[in-house]
Amino acid sequence: MKQINDVVLRTATKAAVVIILTFSVSLFISGHHRPGGGFIGGLAFVAAIILLFLVYDIESIKKNIPIDFKIIAGIGVLTSVFTGVAGMIMGKPFLSQAFDHVNLPIFGETEVASAVLFDIGVALAVIGTSLTIITSIGDDR
Amino acid sequence: MNNWVVLPIVMPVISGMIMVIFKNNIWLHRFLSLLTLGLIGIVSVLLLEQIETGGIQTLYLGGWQAPFGITLVADMFAVLLVLVGAVVTFCCLCYAFSSIEKDRERHYFYSLCLFLIAGVNGSFLTGDIFNLFVCFEVMLVASYVLISIGGTRIQLRESFKYILINMLSSTLFLVAIAYLYSLMGTLNLAHLSVRVADVGQGGVIAAVALLFLIVFSIKAGLFLFFWLPGSYGAAPTAIAAIFASLLTKVGIYAIIRLFSLVFYHEPAFTHQFIGILAGVTMVLGAMGAVAYWDIKRIITYNVVVGIGFILAGFASFTLVGMRGSMYYLLHDMIIKALIILLGGTIIHLTGTGRLRNMSGLIHLHPRLGWMFFIAALSLAGVPPLSGFPGKVFITAGTFEAGYFWLGGIGLFTSLLVLYSIMKIFMSVFWGYTNLAKDNEKGTAKGLLPSMAFLTVLTIALGLGVEGIHSYVDLAVEGLLNPQAYIGAVLGSGGY
Repeated sequence: MKQINDVVLRTATKAAVVIILTFSVSLFISGHHRPGGGFIGGLAFVAAIILLFLVYDIESIKKNIPIDFKIIAGIGVLTSVFTGVAGMIMGKPFLSQAFDHVNLPIFGETEVASAVLFDIGVALAVIGTSLTIITSIGDDR
Repeated sequence: MNNWVVLPIVMPVISGMIMVIFKNNIWLHRFLSLLTLGLIGIVSVLLLEQIETGGIQTLYLGGWQAPFGITLVADMFAVLLVLVGAVVTFCCLCYAFSSIEKDRERHYFYSLCLFLIAGVNGSFLTGDIFNLFVCFEVMLVASYVLISIGGTRIQLRESFKYILINMLSSTLFLVAIAYLYSLMGTLNLAHLSVRVADVGQGGVIAAVALLFLIVFSIKAGLFLFFWLPGSYGAAPTAIAAIFASLLTKVGIYAIIRLFSLVFYHEPAFTHQFIGILAGVTMVLGAMGAVAYWDIKRIITYNVVVGIGFILAGFASFTLVGMRGSMYYLLHDMIIKALIILLGGTIIHLTGTGRLRNMSGLIHLHPRLGWMFFIAALSLAGVPPLSGFPGKVFITAGTFEAGYFWLGGIGLFTSLLVLYSIMKIFMSVFWGYTNLAKDNEKGTAKGLLPSMAFLTVLTIALGLGVEGIHSYVDLAVEGLLNPQAYIGAVLGSGGY
């Protein structure tokens, strides 16, 4: 537990983390046609968690997010690979992508692409790997 | 388009990741790793059949045509290596089941092995040079962890050197790729081949070719092998066997692929240079093998000699010499794994690697002794065994190309290899036993079957040369005739 009086830091962090997480999602979604995507979206997400690690401490964050980050990375890679394999099952080359336009209630005409699934996998892999690295370096006393 | 081509890369990644998720179930790890390697073996046999009937198989990932997208190319040469690699790794993992520590198993040993295999297979099957770099990195990152996991003093020292030297060579690799791209404007191997053939291989391109040769020489241990004996000696037996049988071979594969498909226009310059390096490698490796009295050292220096010998055949750049290289490459993958496993077992049993401290092991372990004897003969290239055809063809090839000195060095170092390995056999297995059954440091239980299988394989490959003859010849023809590769990747239209 931190001994110093850091009320300002903690209060600012609570707001900042929400903003960073929102921004990371926005980065992720814009990735299909504009700069962004799973990799940097995932990294921005990790930045928010690392800010929490710095301001609070690793133990209490881990208590509140009781997930093994290595497993997240594993699931992420599997998601990405299986979107590639899905192309094979359809009889197309490995990693073939598909997209379609559908009419959603609120969003209106929306493009739905299988590349999003691939990107989700990339994001999860990045999040899992970076957090594993940070926690294992941070834990080492 | 043939989706089979990607399976040897994707399957190990999938099962490796499943193991990461189910971390604690070691039996699942063992089962999945063997299953995956078995499936890779089956897929590559099927691919061999397809290539034999239908020519070189290609896959454009995501449907993006070459030279714009990522291309995977399965020709006979690559698939033979994938097949033998899967078989050898299968045996090494079986050996690891009863030899590797529980701690290593829990720390993702099997997933790392599979990621290594994914990188190795990717390097064999990729059709463009940047992906060759990526697959090299996948393989190397896995090998970094495998070599340093456990963290004993000697391991940390050697793995630090290993990582440093590989970082350096990877950086040079990237620099060479950047040069090549700025000169040629493409990184697809087939496309590169067309463009280099157009402009000729003089001046700057020759310099880039040499830079690639340096990079792959570090990776393969051709002449620049100074890092190899130490780091392979530091790893546990099963890991060292996989490394010696696969990692150096990927470097050799890259040299052969690049200098037969892209930079093949000035053999008097590049291939003679490879020949000189190969000769020096054989001599230095043989000197190391003769000089040491430590099992691990002798065997790792024998790995170095093998590398020189394979590339001596390639340097001749004749049909016969290349055929010899192909036979010897396949033989070397099997025999190096076998001899390292045997050496590791001896050290495991006696608790020491020093030859002078052992004797008479054959009284306690006759089967181990005879397997070692067969492996030693095969390593030296004695006729009925698998080393023989390769040795004959390589020697004939170097003589045919007029490199009598190179063939001579090859024959002379073969004798030194035989001496060095018989030195182990005589001092470990002959004489009175100084080791009672109950004060052995370890047990050979569970270790013998995988080595027996590899021994049978080396005998079978020697006796059944006729059986694989057609495949090897197809592989060599593919290497000597780049047009087939180019046609398969770019289509007959060309770019």
